[in-house]
Amino acid sequence: MSTSTVDVHSHGPHDDGHGHGDPHQQHHFTNMEQQFDTVKLGMWLFLATEVLLFGGLFVGFGLMQQRYPREFVEAHEFLQRSLGALNTTVLLISSWTMVMGVMAAKSNQKKKLVVFLLLTILCACIFLGVKYFEYSHKYEEGLLPGHFYSHKGNLIPGSHGYATFFSFYFMMTGLHGIHILVGIGLLAWIAIRANRGEFSEAYYTPVDLVGLYWHLVDLIWIYLFPLYYLIS
Amino acid sequence: MSTHTDTLHGDAGAHAHDPASEAKAYLKTLIALLILTAITVGAAGIHFGSGAINIVIALTIASIKATLVVLFFMHIRHDRPLNGLIAAAGFLFLGIFLMFSFIDVGSREPLQPVNLNAPPVAAPAPITTLDSSGNAVPAAKP
Repeated sequence: MSTSTVDVHSHGPHDDGHGHGDPHQQHHFTNMEQQFDTVKLGMWLFLATEVLLFGGLFVGFGLMQQRYPREFVEAHEFLQRSLGALNTTVLLISSWTMVMGVMAAKSNQKKKLVVFLLLTILCACIFLGVKYFEYSHKYEEGLLPGHFYSHKGNLIPGSHGYATFFSFYFMMTGLHGIHILVGIGLLAWIAIRANRGEFSEAYYTPVDLVGLYWHLVDLIWIYLFPLYYLIS
Repeated sequence: MSTHTDTLHGDAGAHAHDPASEAKAYLKTLIALLILTAITVGAAGIHFGSGAINIVIALTIASIKATLVVLFFMHIRHDRPLNGLIAAAGFLFLGIFLMFSFIDVGSREPLQPVNLNAPPVAAPAPITTLDSSGNAVPAAKP
């Protein structure tokens, strides 16, 4: 049995094909590059399941919108478009700071990486702050999911459409908010490790993967924003 | 048996661009995303005759934004094709899910609301037939 490894562009002494050069390389991978590709493939598979997780909720939302078209349009008037647009902008900027952080990581700029990670966390916190403001406003008005719905307003009486709208609103933005919270945790973990100088051109996989996760969270919001705040 | 590993993707991963042009591409992507957000907010204020048109416009812009994020921020443009394939497969299956759900629900008779708290409906009247003089009589047992 022979094992031959042809590496066209070897990145120095770590890619020796025997797996003992880089301390980050696990023994079951041929080299760092194979490890990186494998890990990234796994991350993309996870992201595909995330798309399908939210996809189920999007399909449900779409079907209920078809069933209660008038109620959904009326209910969405209670969402403040300006706050939704603000949060979209904040998340897009955070996606940019994240990608700049990944770039800093792979070009050995430790200080820049930490700064960009902290900026990303700051944007995430602003997003959640705005979301908290929105949620508390809905709570005070009784615009709540399912049988908690208790809004005293001049709407179609007896219709389940409003409660259904807010069920989906809280479910989807809530699940998205949980993803933001998880993202903040991951970003903080990465920032601490980056501050210790653990990442470099040779090894920045965790930064890259957290970046992919963060962009997916942004991507989901890109669809949530028009569907909830802009339908008419 | 021999294990042969070829790594032939010169373009993939970290070393595709010099940092300056890479940073410029990211900034351009961000600006494009922000402009598209402004457009989608502006378009939502205009009534194009039917609400469906507004939804189509909003979702089209959202899809352009999502594509920009996936291609540039998530590096799919310079990544291994297999990762792009998985991303595309995720959206493809979501599309199938979405399409068939809407075809299914859209082709049904409208459902009537059911009140589960209402008293039960009275038992159906026994089957009757009319005799020769027009009076209802219970149907004959078979």
